[in-house]
Amino acid sequence: MTATLSRKDALRLFAIAGTGFALGVELRPAAVDAAAAADFSPLVWLRMHADGTTTVVVNQSEMGQGITTALPMMLADELDVPFTSVRFEISPTAPAYYNPFWHGILTGGSKSTPSMGPIMRKAGATARAMLVAAAAQKWGVDAATCTTANGVVTAPGGRYATYASLLAAAAALPVPAEVALKTPDKFTIIGTRQRRLDLIPKTNGTAMYGMDVKVPGMQYASIEKPLQIGATVASYDASAALAYPGVHKVVRVSSGIAVIGSSTWAAFKGRKLLKVTYAPGPNAGVSSTTIAAQQHALVATPGMVQKKVGDVDAHVARGTVVSAIYETPYLAHAPMEPMNTTADVRADRVTLWSPTQDQSASQKIAAKIAGVPLENVVVNTTYLGGGFGRRGEVDFVADAVEVSKAAGVPIKLVWTREDDIRNDPYRPGTVNALRGAVASDGTLVALTHTMASASITARAVPFMMKDGFDPLTGAGMADIPYAIPNQLMTWHRLESAIPVGFWRAPYANANTFATESFIDELAHAAGKDPVAFRLAMMAPGTPARVVLERVAKLADWGAPLPAGHAQGVALAQWDGGWIAMVAEASMASGKLKVHKLTASVDVGQPVNIDGLEQQIPSAMVYGLSAALTGKITFADGAPQQQNFNDYTVLHMADAPAFVVDIVRSAAPSTGAGEIGTPCVAPALTNAIFALTKQRIRSLPINDALA
Amino acid sequence: MLELNVNGAPHALDVPDDMPLLWAIRDVVGLTGTKFGCGIAACGACTVHLDGAPVRSCSLPVAAAVGRKITTIEGLAPLDQPHPVQAAWVELGVPQCGYCQSGQIMAAAALLERKPKPSDTDIDLAMTNICRCGCYPRIKAAIKSAAGVA
Repeated sequence: MTATLSRKDALRLFAIAGTGFALGVELRPAAVDAAAAADFSPLVWLRMHADGTTTVVVNQSEMGQGITTALPMMLADELDVPFTSVRFEISPTAPAYYNPFWHGILTGGSKSTPSMGPIMRKAGATARAMLVAAAAQKWGVDAATCTTANGVVTAPGGRYATYASLLAAAAALPVPAEVALKTPDKFTIIGTRQRRLDLIPKTNGTAMYGMDVKVPGMQYASIEKPLQIGATVASYDASAALAYPGVHKVVRVSSGIAVIGSSTWAAFKGRKLLKVTYAPGPNAGVSSTTIAAQQHALVATPGMVQKKVGDVDAHVARGTVVSAIYETPYLAHAPMEPMNTTADVRADRVTLWSPTQDQSASQKIAAKIAGVPLENVVVNTTYLGGGFGRRGEVDFVADAVEVSKAAGVPIKLVWTREDDIRNDPYRPGTVNALRGAVASDGTLVALTHTMASASITARAVPFMMKDGFDPLTGAGMADIPYAIPNQLMTWHRLESAIPVGFWRAPYANANTFATESFIDELAHAAGKDPVAFRLAMMAPGTPARVVLERVAKLADWGAPLPAGHAQGVALAQWDGGWIAMVAEASMASGKLKVHKLTASVDVGQPVNIDGLEQQIPSAMVYGLSAALTGKITFADGAPQQQNFNDYTVLHMADAPAFVVDIVRSAAPSTGAGEIGTPCVAPALTNAIFALTKQRIRSLPINDALA
Repeated sequence: MLELNVNGAPHALDVPDDMPLLWAIRDVVGLTGTKFGCGIAACGACTVHLDGAPVRSCSLPVAAAVGRKITTIEGLAPLDQPHPVQAAWVELGVPQCGYCQSGQIMAAAALLERKPKPSDTDIDLAMTNICRCGCYPRIKAAIKSAAGVA
């Protein structure tokens, strides 16, 4: 990469910063060209400034997971600069910034750290090597004899130079193609506890979310959509809406009827005054009952094979046979910030300001709707008020682009919370049929698990389907760590027009409930302690066994508990990482109280310890909300929940204590955004069984206890 | 025309009486630190102070705020002199996505104004704001830190 190109990149970044959407960093007030010329930017991922600070460019969306701290930590460690001198900036949506894993810009699947971490480390190491080479050249010494720490190069004999003094000299050197990375024992920042770089703006109201965007000439819009998913507008009367103060215009778009006005309220109020009739669509007559009936019929026979070990047919009847059917409901994502996007559609270009997890898909849909070339769509990424997979969809982006195109002005399109809950690509509900055989010596000799659900992959990423099989469905069922000699895991696709999407730990969030509850059932059938039963099926020293051993010790598994308390355990994998969890609960006059959730987690090399101590409990709270009360039900194709009054989530008063133990691994980082969610429900229902002998096989728990 | 007193400054607004205070603050006055989360006073992301007491501005008609002192997150403290609650939020690293935090901080500041040394139960009862990232343990710890209670 030439110096000219890096200057151009830097200028483009400043141009973006100039729009006011650089996050977490104060904007540079003046002399942008001069400042950019003085920067050292050998790669697009960093700019080192003459004042000794470094700006790290992050191509992943910040939705709370702390990626705009973790990736800068990884770069700063290899660069050998103090982390206090590091700021971050969100990248533009351009090929130079693409995440190679996604071939674009997208944040999801806990993939940010594993995919971008190595690239950020290499960027830091590259800049460091060039600064060292510049110092060595200046002093006439061998670069290999120089060392670096805290933004200073030191040569034998005590000569030293700050990085800031070497920027111009380093910029004149060629960018090395290969550089050595640190071995984990040399890390000074990775694996430490660092304060998030976005803390201050998130405590004083200055952090800019999509909801907060305001551009010149902008109007506000909101879209009235059918209650029945997939229904279409038959007719509408906008006369009363147009009479409300501040309502400017009403236009029909593909998802419904858009009301455009001078404030969000005018748009919302105008919607209430619309008279719309709808023609029913493919979900007419579909209800939770009809969906469940289809799923139950499907799991009566094995489906498409996820995993086959040994011969279950020959062994499933040996010893004690246990079988059970588990069920999980549809769930909404419900991040705190309702969906929104601001779009400015012009004849030849589109500018978006969006809290999106998928900038590349946003760019594509905007280009398609507006009829402009892809490169003429600029995506400005704001902070995201939560994501959990929901913001990887671009339905709300398409809404904004359509309305701006129709209205001919920049539009801030805002969904209500009701729009959010009713128009979610839901976590698909599952029905899971399991059968296990315990031999007379108490060992588990055969396990079958058949699951039926709608396919997220078929809807959201159809190119990943393999001859009708959704390869992601095995999470939480086929990836179990237990050495069971005969296993058969299969999946049936439920054909359904209810949209389903990626929700924190897709498929594992439902399957783990069935798997780990059933393992508990089998342990009891075998007369074994649930922890001992699991440990006996795992080789010593394996990551899965280690986290289970650690959590059992940490939670004092088996030790006397306060009267009326009991514990339950669960273990799961998420994409190569492992987590074991112990839930402690009590029941008083039929009311469940969750006292404590303890987790041991191995996500490979931890990056920010503080970040992990946020992410793991965060995912546990998300899982606990779902386990206790989460459900979306359908009647005549319409979701029956619509806001936080009927789609209830955990409040502080019901939050248990959290204890999180992080394994200090040096293996590659796996990402940590999702792994905390799947074990919560089974650990808790297993604790409830230990308390009351009631086996909860259908979620949410509070419905089962009612 | 309505006149609102927001963070000590008068604002004359030409808005319908039934516009919720939230949208008057965000879209008309132009202060966006106060957030929209649910529109039915269930989540608390829109919490502001009305004469010092916490209210959910998404469900309060703007006309009802005339003649009262409205304080938003922007008016809680100067940027360079954070309120003790904000300082505790930074010290304990509370925010994740951050979207609910203005409301959480306003609710916490109002609690400590009313009850400088709150018990755990006081905190649970006052802090009914929703956080989907699950920051609850750190929010509680930060409130105790700001209050100087164990």
